[in-house]
Amino acid sequence: MDFNYTEEQLALQDTLRRFYARDYAFEQRRALAKSAEGFSRPAWKTFADFGILALPFHEDFGGLNGNAVDTMLVMEMLGRGLALEPYVPTVALCGGLIRDAGNTAQKEALLPAIAGGELMLALAHFEPGARYEVDRVATTATASGSGWQLDGTKAVVLGAPSADKLIVSARDGKGLSLFLIDAKAPGVTLRAYPTQDGARAADIRLSKVAVGADALIGTAGGALPVIERAIDYANAALCAEAVGIMSALNEVTLEYLKTRKQFGVPIGKFQALQHRMADMVIATEQARSMATLAAVRVDSTDAVERSRSVAAAKAYVTQSARLVGQQAVQLHGGMGVVDELNVAHYFKRLTMIGLTFGDADYHLGKFSDTLLAA
Amino acid sequence: MDLNFTAAEQSFREEVRNFLRAKLPADISRKVLGGKRLEKDDFVRWQQILHAQGWGATGWPVAFGGTGWNAVQQHIFDEECADAGAPLQLPFGLKMVAPVIMAFGNPAQQQRFLPRIIDGSDWWCQGYSEPGSGSDLASLKTRAVRVNSPEGDHYVVTGQKTWNTLGQYADWIFCLVRTSTEGRQQEGISFLLIDMKSPGIEVRPIIMLDGEHEINEVWFEDVRVPVQNLIGEENKGWTYAKFLLGHERTGIAGVGRSKRELKKLKDIAKKETANGRPLIEDQRFRDRIAQVELELMALEITNLRVISAEGEKKRAPGPEASILKIKGSEIQQMLTELQMQTLGHYALPWIDDALDADWAGDAMMEAYADHAAPLSGRYFNVRKTTIYGGSNEIQKNIISQMILGL
Ligand SMILES: Cc1cc2nc3c(=O)[nH]c(=O)nc-3n(C[C@H](O)[C@H](O)[C@H](O)COP(=O)(O)OP(=O)(O)OC[C@H]3O[C@@H](n4cnc5c(N)ncnc54)[C@H](O)[C@@H]3O)c2cc1C
Ligand SMILES: Cc1cc2nc3c(=O)[nH]c(=O)nc-3n(C[C@H](O)[C@H](O)[C@H](O)COP(=O)(O)OP(=O)(O)OC[C@H]3O[C@@H](n4cnc5c(N)ncnc54)[C@H](O)[C@@H]3O)c2cc1C
Repeated sequence: MDFNYTEEQLALQDTLRRFYARDYAFEQRRALAKSAEGFSRPAWKTFADFGILALPFHEDFGGLNGNAVDTMLVMEMLGRGLALEPYVPTVALCGGLIRDAGNTAQKEALLPAIAGGELMLALAHFEPGARYEVDRVATTATASGSGWQLDGTKAVVLGAPSADKLIVSARDGKGLSLFLIDAKAPGVTLRAYPTQDGARAADIRLSKVAVGADALIGTAGGALPVIERAIDYANAALCAEAVGIMSALNEVTLEYLKTRKQFGVPIGKFQALQHRMADMVIATEQARSMATLAAVRVDSTDAVERSRSVAAAKAYVTQSARLVGQQAVQLHGGMGVVDELNVAHYFKRLTMIGLTFGDADYHLGKFSDTLLAA
Repeated sequence: MDLNFTAAEQSFREEVRNFLRAKLPADISRKVLGGKRLEKDDFVRWQQILHAQGWGATGWPVAFGGTGWNAVQQHIFDEECADAGAPLQLPFGLKMVAPVIMAFGNPAQQQRFLPRIIDGSDWWCQGYSEPGSGSDLASLKTRAVRVNSPEGDHYVVTGQKTWNTLGQYADWIFCLVRTSTEGRQQEGISFLLIDMKSPGIEVRPIIMLDGEHEINEVWFEDVRVPVQNLIGEENKGWTYAKFLLGHERTGIAGVGRSKRELKKLKDIAKKETANGRPLIEDQRFRDRIAQVELELMALEITNLRVISAEGEKKRAPGPEASILKIKGSEIQQMLTELQMQTLGHYALPWIDDALDADWAGDAMMEAYADHAAPLSGRYFNVRKTTIYGGSNEIQKNIISQMILGL
């Protein structure tokens, strides 16, 4: 066993930490969240320069051969910085899908563009009424000429408003398939909106969207395991992001306990609050362990082991995040519920992570079901 | 011991229901039930309707124009109002300052202020907290200096209040101010009624985490307040304030509203699906709903026990009210959290105008947006309930010290 980061990983962490302190402070972030696009294009360019957009790809396609632990480390920093940039949709989800299922031509065309920061993507998969179930897709792909026609509705597609291209899941005669389409293709309608945490998403209607044969990613009807893997990968990334946020929240809360005075003493002198803070730290350390487990196992070739570990981590991290988020707000008193402080924004992001790609109950259930099989 | 409602109580319930059916404006109840933003006019209109019925102040004695109802009647009334989607009668005038004016104000003050509270003419807000004085309220610094003058003796008030709920609409603010720095902190505080139109008052909005403007900072710069607006004696304000806090805490149990929200939670859980089945059929989720329902069943009876005991003893709620505040606020939070959880990722969209009464829904998001849009915001907003009105930590301190003697 080895729980240490490499020199390179530590250097990257340091770079990101400095970036967020200098170029992406809370006030800048607040302004960005209110801007039209809702994130920073220059920051995205910087991400490309740092190499984090290239991280999970093979060097043959402009990548850095990174593993999920590298992604974890990046996500933790993006969490601390409350990043608004659509890193998970573009790099983890869509990048992951193309890496895992794309053909050589697709990888050559797309991965270097992602790595260079020129291409943004979004995964249009979940649908209204489907909740978190990965295989509940009603969107259809009908054979048409040498290609297909896509029809259906997708809900809460993260990062869609800024995406150049979408990867759409659809059902044909054989099963689920994935198609790469232009976000502005005829028949694609977006209803874009901010999310509760200040990021951007959209609901998407696909009406007679014509796609060519080369739009298919992976095999026709064979997409389910690929999507499952990508979602696991995204969930592992979200766990790391949550851990980054929890650590940051603990730091600001601890600082507040030391500086806020009531009854003539810092409120950190009250044992009720000391114990609460101790619970928050315990929850965060435990969550970090589970996020680490997810990062290590998500690269596993054993799909059962991979899914089971990620479900365990997502359930546990979400429960911890709930405690830490709620208590950080509580310990700040009135200051915890104002828009002006980062505390509420961390709390909102943690809450939304908990509802993305399965909540704590969903993942607990998924894990719990594996006990029957064992 | 009998936990059933008597025939008289049941027919009283029927009377309240009939009244609500006939008189509660549909445009208002639609907003309340749909979780929409309420305007000042909605609150005022409803207060006027209640007043016309003679039900403007259900907690007041008959002598002041109240209904003189007992605890059970008030409970039934609250429950029916909440269920029908009546707006909350804001506590600041009716439940906070009015009992203080009745108990400690002089007849002139009672005649001047009470009728305008019950008929909805005056909107009151509470000016207790300051940036440096939240839980430690007695440390407050806003100063009131008495000046004798030929035009009339008055106080000159300078300082800052904060976390002031809905003060942007207020005609009057009741304030705790420092009139002496000698002796114990508690002994230098006075209770002043201040006209919000007085020169030198500035109200600055604080935007909450759900993006709403519900609270404010209120700044006082050399604000002249006639001495006639002092309640009771100078430097005795802390006694009055503590009396008031007891009243604030009973209201906070919010049993009627939580029952309504529980119903709503069940409705949404029937509409949303998991694995192609209504979410309510999911055992894990249903158990969560059941657990909150147990909490609420217990609280309903605890609430009745506490307020009935007070009715008999004719006194303001004591430290037991802290139990109601803690449980009531926790249940409200659990309910909003489960409502949000019911929606899953459909709770992510933040739709700017979804809280507007005339929001027509969204054709692209019709499958869920109509009921989903307000719910995440509610969850975030309701985190306040364990913080305000004396935080839950402070309430537990009260229980440990006042009830347990620790
Ligand atoms: C099964 C068992 C085996 C043990 N074996 C050993 C042994 O091998 N060797 C040995 O030396 N001792 C042993 N102990 C003793 C053990 O270390 C003590 O019981 C322990 O330190 C608590 O002391 P106490 O029982 O006097 O309780 P107290 O110290 O009186 O505590 C009573 C309660 O008050 C709480 N409390 C006390 N101080 C504070 C504070 N400052 N803040 C908040 N809460 C506080 C405690 O957490 C506890 O809940 C054993 C005890 C048990 C039950
Ligand atoms: C939405 C909202 C509306 C409000 N409306 C009004 C209003 O209309 N008028 C008004 O006057 N005020 C209002 N308040 C203010 C409210 O009463 C205070 O926020 C509350 O008293 C807590 O004070 P604080 O925010 O300064 O937190 P602090 O007192 O600084 O508390 C910070 C944390 O420390 C804890 N703490 C403090 N002291 C102790 C202790 N001795 N032991 C253990 N824990 C402790 C608290 O529980 C909290 O978790 C409102 C607040 C909110 C959030």
